[in-house]
Amino acid sequence: MAGKPKLHYFNGRGRMETIRWLLAAAGVEFEEELFETREEFEKLIQGGTLLYDQVPMVEIDGMNLVETRAILRYLAAKYDLYGRNLKEQAWIDMYVEGLKDLSDMIMYFPLSLPEEKEKNLNYILERATTRFFPVYEKALRNNGQDFLVGNRISWADIQLFEVILMTEECKSDVLLDFPLLQEFKVRMSHIPTINKFLQPGSQRKPPLDEDSMKTVKNIFRFEHGMFLKNMTTIVAEY
Amino acid sequence: MAAKPKLYYFRGRGRMESIRWLLAAAGEEFEEEFLEKREQYEKLGKEGCLLFGQVPLVEMDGMMLTQTRAILSYLAAKYNLYGKDLKERVRIDMYVDGTLDLMMMIAVAAFKSPEEKEESLALIVKKAKTRYLPVFEKILKDHGQDFLVGNKFSWADVQLIEAILMMEELNASILSDFPLLKAFKTRISSIPTIKKFLQPGSQRKPPPDQHYVDVVKHILQW
Repeated sequence: MAGKPKLHYFNGRGRMETIRWLLAAAGVEFEEELFETREEFEKLIQGGTLLYDQVPMVEIDGMNLVETRAILRYLAAKYDLYGRNLKEQAWIDMYVEGLKDLSDMIMYFPLSLPEEKEKNLNYILERATTRFFPVYEKALRNNGQDFLVGNRISWADIQLFEVILMTEECKSDVLLDFPLLQEFKVRMSHIPTINKFLQPGSQRKPPLDEDSMKTVKNIFRFEHGMFLKNMTTIVAEY
Repeated sequence: MAAKPKLYYFRGRGRMESIRWLLAAAGEEFEEEFLEKREQYEKLGKEGCLLFGQVPLVEMDGMMLTQTRAILSYLAAKYNLYGKDLKERVRIDMYVDGTLDLMMMIAVAAFKSPEEKEESLALIVKKAKTRYLPVFEKILKDHGQDFLVGNKFSWADVQLIEAILMMEELNASILSDFPLLKAFKTRISSIPTIKKFLQPGSQRKPPPDQHYVDVVKHILQW
């Protein structure tokens, strides 16, 4: 019998959190090996299981998978969360790419220098409410269904739910002008597997605080201070 | 009869080049509309063509496809360049994500100040030599086959040759320690559709110059 998938990462959300969400929503139990220090991370690198010396890495089905998108696509396909045909898949891909842009900004926000924090936060909220959320609100309004694509739950819905919660952590009433997204959020949180993941004690990780921020900076050696607009990974593509 | 795919982008590589490569490798003819003025870009936005207000945009099969990776995945699947099963597909995804990251760094470097640009490009060359190229050399060495995945030409091979050529523009001898990648480059370059794309007059775009940077900055108001 195949073992459970095993996640290798640090003890925090980062780029692994969406993977945790997808597995949890699919009702798949998983194990985690979480490193806390630079030394432990280097040991993992030396073990030779990280294709590009980077995490996330997920051990599953006899493979050591890296690259967040590659992992998410594999899981989505495996657990039937990737649409029924190529066109639905394309829509899911477009939706999740947009969500990634927004969640990357939120993910990197704690790395802002103190003097940049307010500017960055305003930028995130402006993008969320003018570029991203309107797209999903419109999708739900246009199709009049409970889910974004194909009238059934997919990776896009799970990630949208995750990102809504993340954005609400930045500003609790960010969904004020998005009634359909508010309903979507309630609906999604009632799905049993998702509801379970929202309970205390699940493998869902909390946002970074002062201490965990220090740990992350030490492990990954980020340069101090980033103005979000200049980051290559999250300069939203043009 | 289905219309040809139509690409909307600036007249340059940017995030559209990998899409051009994949279409060309698949032997699919395509049309291009080049954004040269802000008004064209705004028009696309007003007409609701741009899901997140961004290009690349590819109009095909009755859809307005945006988001580079969504477009590339769609094309790879449609033209049978995505492996024969889920396990081959995930390997292709792992390989292309690595090369795309590298090429994105190069695309972004064009927009930096001369000093930062030089620093970025040096870092990119270093990452290529130490992190990415060794990985692909090893993959070819381990299975001894002509192509990266499943002994068959795939999106991963197209992406890798695109990345290799881009790297050689930055550092002509970058493959000096990678004999299998050198052989790979020769082999893939002689595939008829790829060979055709490498000829002058094809829709392949040159590296970004100042004019390109200026046009993009003007249109996107950076």
